[in-house]
Amino acid sequence: MQRTILSLIAGLLFGGGLFISGMTDTTKVQGWLDVFGNWDPTLAFVMGGAIIPMFFAWRLTEGRKPLVGGEFPKPPAPEVDRRLVVGSVMFGMGWGLVGLCPGPAIASLTYNGIHGVGFLIAMLAGMAFAPTVRTRLDRMAEAA
Amino acid sequence: MQADWIWGLVGGVLIGLGGAVYLLGNGRIMGASGIIGGLIDGSGRDTARERLVFLAGVVIMPLILWPIYNVDIDTHMTDQWWAIIAAGLLVGVGTRIANGCTSGHGVCGISRFSLRGMVATVFYILAGGLMLTLFRHVWGLI
Repeated sequence: MQRTILSLIAGLLFGGGLFISGMTDTTKVQGWLDVFGNWDPTLAFVMGGAIIPMFFAWRLTEGRKPLVGGEFPKPPAPEVDRRLVVGSVMFGMGWGLVGLCPGPAIASLTYNGIHGVGFLIAMLAGMAFAPTVRTRLDRMAEAA
Repeated sequence: MQADWIWGLVGGVLIGLGGAVYLLGNGRIMGASGIIGGLIDGSGRDTARERLVFLAGVVIMPLILWPIYNVDIDTHMTDQWWAIIAAGLLVGVGTRIANGCTSGHGVCGISRFSLRGMVATVFYILAGGLMLTLFRHVWGLI
């Protein structure tokens, strides 16, 4: 029950933050990427603002356990692999094309019209298809 | 326009606080693509309830804030279906292969000085900038 309540609080904060910061406005996101056009620095403030509490949160994990028990996620191996680079490039391409990433796509669900719903469905389809692409990618890596 | 960065900063802090609650409370990294993706490919079946509740919170809060927040919200979403479908597929596949998006790699990764998070962020920003420049300024398609 505690887990569920904490998840709800986190979700409410995340959704509220995305809404207030303007990150569900695709103009602002594309504006950040549009260095040769009407450049908009808002996204840097959002990122910076979000990193501050998270920086302290990571500090607080040291020598402690999560409130509900269990363990904190261990730092991943500092390994930059093919999956990370290829995946991030694909994600960035889609992000630049319409100005939506997964969080804002969910947050704007009720006010982004049929086009927002269409994006979300395509994104979910992409996620369902991802394990297949991942296997292909690993096979290509083995063959290379 | 001048107030945009202030709202950005305030909203950003809220996003970070959400991530802090999820981390310190549940011991999990608040990454939107991971939370959604785990429900889609079945890898998060054991934690399905907290994932769904989290996502419900994300959807609900803008509706609560809408009447209070005294600014017109327009998402300026494109109506070009080829771009919407292509972008959705790319974002879905890409974030799952990279194991993170703007929230997971960007916010949660950079704040713990994760090399993977920083590398991912550099690549998705570069790819996004290149895509936008090509499709908007070179080809004039978006």
